[in-house]
Amino acid sequence: MLEVQNLSMRFGGLLAVDQVSVDVREHEIVSIIGPNGAGKTTVFNCISGFYKPTGGKILFQGQEIQGKPDYKISRLGMVRTFQHVRLFSKMTVVENLLVAQHRHLNTNLFAGLLKTPDYREREKKSLERARYWLDRVGLLEMANWEAGNLAYGQQRRLEIARCMVTEPQLLMLDEPAAGLNPAETKELDQLIVSLKEDYNVSVLLIEHDMSLVMGISDRINVINQGRPLASGTPEEIRQNDDVIKAYLGEA
Amino acid sequence: MAAHNLKHALFCAFITVIISYPILGLNLIAQGTSVTLEGATTATVVNVFLAAVAVFLFQLFRDNIMGVFGRVPNLNPLAKRGPVSQEKRLLMERVFFVAIILLALVWPFIVSRGAVDLATLVLIYIMLALGLNVVVGLAGLLDLGYVAFYAVGAYTFALLSQYFGISFWLALPIGALLAALFGFVLGFPVLRLRGDYLAIVTLGFGEIIRILLNNWTTLTGGPNGIGGIPDPTLFGMEFGRRVKEEGNVSFHETFGIAYSGEHKVIFLYLIALVLAIFTLLVIRRFMRMPVGRAWEALREDEIAARSLGMSRTAVKLSAFTIGAFFAGFAGTVFASKQGFISPESFVFLESAIILAIVVLGGMGSQVGVILAAIAVTILPELAREFSEYRMLIFGAAMVLMMVWRPQGLLPMRRIQIELKEQG
Repeated sequence: MLEVQNLSMRFGGLLAVDQVSVDVREHEIVSIIGPNGAGKTTVFNCISGFYKPTGGKILFQGQEIQGKPDYKISRLGMVRTFQHVRLFSKMTVVENLLVAQHRHLNTNLFAGLLKTPDYREREKKSLERARYWLDRVGLLEMANWEAGNLAYGQQRRLEIARCMVTEPQLLMLDEPAAGLNPAETKELDQLIVSLKEDYNVSVLLIEHDMSLVMGISDRINVINQGRPLASGTPEEIRQNDDVIKAYLGEA
Repeated sequence: MAAHNLKHALFCAFITVIISYPILGLNLIAQGTSVTLEGATTATVVNVFLAAVAVFLFQLFRDNIMGVFGRVPNLNPLAKRGPVSQEKRLLMERVFFVAIILLALVWPFIVSRGAVDLATLVLIYIMLALGLNVVVGLAGLLDLGYVAFYAVGAYTFALLSQYFGISFWLALPIGALLAALFGFVLGFPVLRLRGDYLAIVTLGFGEIIRILLNNWTTLTGGPNGIGGIPDPTLFGMEFGRRVKEEGNVSFHETFGIAYSGEHKVIFLYLIALVLAIFTLLVIRRFMRMPVGRAWEALREDEIAARSLGMSRTAVKLSAFTIGAFFAGFAGTVFASKQGFISPESFVFLESAIILAIVVLGGMGSQVGVILAAIAVTILPELAREFSEYRMLIFGAAMVLMMVWRPQGLLPMRRIQIELKEQG
């Protein structure tokens, strides 16, 4: 589904990402791990189109997407969350989910003004979808709160719901467990697995929480200082000497 | 703390003296060809000194004084009430709109001609402020050159009528569409800009339009402006004493009533009213549509908006274009009301006033913006007695307003959406 081949990203003299390859197949959870500053988020930014990679290829469903504008990439069915939650914090929770389903934005200015039946139908459908996902992540009670007033864990869940209402094929989560307490992390764990199992979404995950990564990943890629260090199943990674060295330092 | 306050207060008092003494105290007197400088009179010196003392005392006890001010809103019994429920608020808003529209409808028949004229001006400002509210309040794009689109609308009508004899009704959509086109074109260079940078570019754009109008004398008449802009007609009926254009009839003869100059004023007022209501309703609808939510999403977090597949280009351009469209509307009405326009009417101060209306009213809030437009247009008129001090009073009112209610008269409230229970 997603194939990243020899991706490189250079900022001036700094080679932030060097020849990294990642691939995600249908119905799979793949993680990228690595020490702080290893270049994980840069890889994400290249894939989602925020950066234009300086080298390498990115294929989504067989189509080359490197260098395409971010909004076009996300319309292909690949959406992401952010390391620091990025909600539309002055808008209500439900509005956050409605905004995400704006695919009928440009064509329907007049249909919306005149409230045509077609427009009403779409509006109703997006409301239903929003309601469904709010229920799914347990935020239905807070539907009309301003998103900025939610607790941190709830904001994290809302961000994921906001991605899910766009009905993506691939969900990219950038450190979704950061700042969550153990109970919330466990909930998140179940949510991510359910996204894969029940909604057939593939997940690409950046995470520091090892228990989460090891528990749910089908495969793991390790990056260190911008270079690929290892890749394999959680079991293989756990026993890889290079990985242990990179994380714990050499003895 | 006290020492710091004392130092600060002394400094402020000192500044007061060195600023006000030369301005108020020294006079240049022309004597024949030469100019002599005359020193201050004793009374002025005393006044300057008293002012310095007042500033000194205020700054010294500033914290205490502001503390007292801060407690004042608590005297307001309404300040402590709980949030109003959605239905009640919508009902109140509806009642407010209906009441104000009813009042607006009977207004011209109960007051003097001058008051109707002023009311027309208020309506024009309401249109402008509602339009700018889209750009600044909703999309969060600080536009300091908004008056340019207003000028485009006004000049479109003036030029079309002068060169092609086009009537008000035809010029109205053309003016608005042309202004929208200008908004669209301006949108492109500023796509990547935000905040301060955007403000400066739009400011420059506003000035370019004004200077262009001022200097393109062959077309626009430059600073002399364009006169003789026709009044709107009602189904081919003119409101003048005599019919100017062949084929038209005059309003007072058709209905067999005596000629009165007031008919025209009232008619223009009613047109402005209808257009203002149209503006209000259309933008209100936009706000509840995907495009309106996209504007706000872009204001809240551009990166997140893009990551969800929103095109920055489309969203920003739509905000600029729609904002400019309504400015063009207002401009056409303004040209028709004045009968004469010149670049003088489209200076930066106008942009600033429209922006002030939006900020005072509460960004994004339509009711607030309408109230603020009424207040800002009428206050300087009421303060006419104070002649040259009226702008001072106006400024002071704004400062106080921002101290007490930085969120505006009536801050925007989110629309609550009822989610149906799943059956």
